[in-house]
Order: sequence, then C-alpha cells, then structure tokens
Amino acid sequence: MVWHHRYVKLVTVFTVLLIAAGGMVTSTDSGLSVPDWPTTYGWNMFTFPVSKWVGGIRYEHSHRLIASTVGFLTIIMAGWTWWVERRRWVRRLGVAALGAVILQGLLGGLTVLFFLPPPISIGHAGLAQIFFCLTLTLAVVTSPGWKNATAPVDDAMLRRVALTTTALIYTQILVGATMRHTNAGLAIPDFPYAFGQALPPAWNAKVAIHFAHRVGALIVTLAILATSSHVFYHHRRRRELVRPAFLLLMLVSMQVTLGAFVIWSAMDPVINTAHVVNGALVLGTSLVLSLRSLQGSRVLGFSDSQVLGSQVLGSPVLGSEVRGSRVHGEVRP
Amino acid sequence: MLAAAAAACSDASKSADPASPAAAPDAKKVDESTAAKITGKVTFEGTPKPNAVINMASDPACASANQGQVTSESILVDNGALQNVFVYIKDGLGNKYLYDMPTEPVVLDQKGCHYTPHVVGLRATQPLQVVNSDNTLHNVHGMPEKNREFNQGQPVPGMKNTVTFNVPEVLIPFKCDVHSWMHAYVGVVSHPYFAVSDKAGTFELRAIPPGTYEIEAVHEKLGRQTQSVTLGAKDAKDITFTFKPAV
Repeated sequence: MVWHHRYVKLVTVFTVLLIAAGGMVTSTDSGLSVPDWPTTYGWNMFTFPVSKWVGGIRYEHSHRLIASTVGFLTIIMAGWTWWVERRRWVRRLGVAALGAVILQGLLGGLTVLFFLPPPISIGHAGLAQIFFCLTLTLAVVTSPGWKNATAPVDDAMLRRVALTTTALIYTQILVGATMRHTNAGLAIPDFPYAFGQALPPAWNAKVAIHFAHRVGALIVTLAILATSSHVFYHHRRRRELVRPAFLLLMLVSMQVTLGAFVIWSAMDPVINTAHVVNGALVLGTSLVLSLRSLQGSRVLGFSDSQVLGSQVLGSPVLGSEVRGSRVHGEVRP
Repeated sequence: MLAAAAAACSDASKSADPASPAAAPDAKKVDESTAAKITGKVTFEGTPKPNAVINMASDPACASANQGQVTSESILVDNGALQNVFVYIKDGLGNKYLYDMPTEPVVLDQKGCHYTPHVVGLRATQPLQVVNSDNTLHNVHGMPEKNREFNQGQPVPGMKNTVTFNVPEVLIPFKCDVHSWMHAYVGVVSHPYFAVSDKAGTFELRAIPPGTYEIEAVHEKLGRQTQSVTLGAKDAKDITFTFKPAV
C-alpha cells in the first residue's frame, strides 16, 4: 500500500509536468504545429524522428508523448487501486481518473483536427485540472496520514469556506482558459490599470473576458484569505491544515505576481506557462485543504471509518465512535 | 505512410461550396479595344517601426538557410513606397463579363523558412500549389473565414500540396505553426483585376472594361482603403493609396 501511494504521487507529479507541457504548447502557439492526430506527420507518434523535433513541434510532440506516458501510468494506477484498495469510492476514483485521461486524450486530438475551436480547447484545459484533482485526491486519501488519522477535523464552516474557495479557483481557471483560447490575454495591455484607468473605457468580448479574469483573481484571493484566516484562527495547532493554508497564501501571491508579469512581458511563454502551472498548484492546495476538512464529515469520513471499523474492530462502526467525539474545530479524545 | 498522410491532408483541403455570383446569361468577354487600365502607387506616411528580428534558432535548417539578421516582412517600406499591398477591384464588375480562367497553378513557395511571395493573388477555383523547398518540415495552415480552414503537413522536402478556394476572400492568412514567424497572405477574387504592390509600391490593373469601380487596397497590418474610379474607353488612370501607421 505504501508503494501504491508513492506511485499515485508519481502520477500526480507527472500530471503537473503534463500541464506545464500543455501550457508551453498554447503559450508558444504551437498547438497546430503537428497537423495530424494520433499520428505525427504520418509517423507513429513514438517513432517520429527526434531530428524533426523543430520549432513548435518540440512543444506539441513533447506534450503528446508526456500525455501518452501519463495515460499509461493512469491505466496502471487505476488497476492497482482497484486491486489493493478496499474503499469502494477510492477504487471508483481510480476508474474516474482513467476515464478522464482517455477523454482528455480525445479532446486533445479533436482540438487539433478541428483547428483549436475554443470550446474544445477550453474543455481540454478544464478537464486537465479535473484529472489533476482526481490524481491528487487519490494521492491524499491513500496516504498514511489520511488512513491513520485518529482525529480528523469536523468543522462545517471550514468545509464550506474551503470547498467554496476550491470551486472559485476552478472557475477562475476556466475563465483563464477561455482568455487563453480566445486570444484575449493582452486584450487589456496594462496592469494594474486597464487602459490607464480603473475600468476599461471600451468593452468588447475579449476585454470582458480579460477583465473577468482580473476580477476573478480578486475574488479568489479574498476567498483564500478567508479560508486561511479561518484555519489560522480556529485550527492553528493542526499542521495538516495550517501547512496547506500557508502554502495557499504563498501560491496565490505568486499567482497574482505571475499574472502581472504575463502582461508586462507581453505574454512571455515561460512566464505564461508558470502562471498556468502555479494556477494548478493553487487549485491543488485548496483541494487538499478541502479534502482534509471533509475527512471528519460524513461525506468522506463516514465511509473511511466504516472500513477502519471493519478492519480494526471487526464490525462497522461510526467514525465518531472510532475517532472520538468532535466539537467545532478541535477534537476531544 | 507519408503518402497516406498527404492524401488525408488533401481531403482536408477541399474548399467550401462556391458562393460567388455566376456570370449572367448574356455575359460577354471584355472588349480589348475599349479596355482601360489603372496604374498606381501605394505609399506609407511617416516612418515605420522596425520590423521584428526573427530568431530561427529553434530550427537549425532555417538558421543555416539565412545569412545575417532576418526580420519580419510585415511592413516593407522603401523610400516611402509600401510593398505587399493587395489591390483589386472590389465592386463594379457585377456579373456582366466572362474571363478566361488560368489553368496553371499559382505557386507559393516555402524557401529559407519564408513564404515566397509574401502576398499573392489568384482567382477563385484556380489551384494554389504550396511547395516545400526547405530542408526541413513545414505545416501549411490556411485560415480563411469564407472558405474551409486546412492544415497540411509537409514533412519531406520537395513536397507539394494543392489547394483551391471557391469563394472570393481577401486576404486569407497562411501560417506555419512549426515556424511561428512564417506568414503569407492570399487574395482570392472572382476576376483577373488584382495586383500586389512591388518594391517601388507600384501596381497595375489592365484590360478593365469602362465603368465605375470601387478599388480596394489591403495590407496585412495596416488595414484596408478604398477609392472610387471611373474609367472611360481606353482610359489610363493613376491612383495613389497612402497608408498610415496602425494606431
């Protein structure tokens, strides 16, 4: 089981790498540098000569190969999870991840064959984050820390604020993806102002999408501040919450800074990609916090404790009975 | 394998259904004895910004095919003369005339990782042959709005692909996604009255029937300009288009 958990973590790391590779494809406008799919200029993808990896092909072809690797790793992950995992919902998570990566590959192929239509490309970007969330969730719930937790937090307010924050971050990522795939990244060319003013003096669809992403950044930042403040105030002794809350603050600060530099650098591909990857890390960190806030609830914790109860005591028991009574924010043994 | 890929690409290049007006039943050939012509010049007002320097390091074959500093061909100005402006009769011909259709394809070459010519015109349904004369691979990505978009791979030097556009459209951007600096523009019209301004900024439209026409000049970055010209029998009129820096 330890190796299984390590393997899931490896898949999660590869997924971040894949998101970075995808970010470089869009940031360098290389999405159509390989016009065919699933072949590469008529070659089998895996036999395409390295000598022909020139210009934009380097980014697009690398993305396809990394995606294939992640797909292969995910097949193993889903099978291994199904084999070793007793919790049915965790097994299903593995299957969902496999389904997501297959669908993701199809979307990637379709967007190339149909010349990058924004709905498919945005769907591809959005599903990438869903897949990342699935692998990350698997990594969290298969960790020894999760499975051996004796006193998970049960704080309804934390659950609400953390889940809302995660949903807002995901929505913000979708708005960002819409901005990227509709070429609205520089629709407002200055920052922090918009055409030298607080509000854009003229509006069109691209300006509106771009401005929505800026407003979204503000909302997400406030949500993260609310979540982190709640953790620091109510759960300051719980390292499993304080650490992601602190990391979330650092990452969102980094994200806003990167967003500014995307504008100031006129969308430098490396900075642009760093913004995409860091966005995924913000989402992932918020998800980890959300999952840990859910562990003590009936949503996840009840199922877990049933398994724990079966394993430890030989009969199903409620999580609260195994883990002690819970009060708002803290656990009494 | 490559042939199969090329065949697949050819299928992808099929153009949309014809939409240009058909010739009237009583349409006739232009009477050469009364035909007029328009000559002109395209100028640029002010000093253009220097074109961006192209870094070809991402493909050694491109880098070795070019000596010295290579710059973008977006705005080429020589002594105030603006090159690569597509000039054509936009309106006024109606469907009163019949024109001979050239059978030879117009060639758009990829050489030194540049499109040559940078701007080219052809007739609707006339073949456009895109050639890869480079020792590297290209993709030919046409992005029309009225015709069908296509993206063809040319992985082998010497490859040729032929595309046709059934619907008049000015200008259709072409790009190579492998080499992000490679752009070309294709003007597709339903008649033979089009030209591209040369290094001296000059152009000529010949054998035009008498009448009043709207002449349009289109530049890839600087936009469009039109002016009305009335031609009598055997007239020779000289016109000028002046473009200003884009705001």
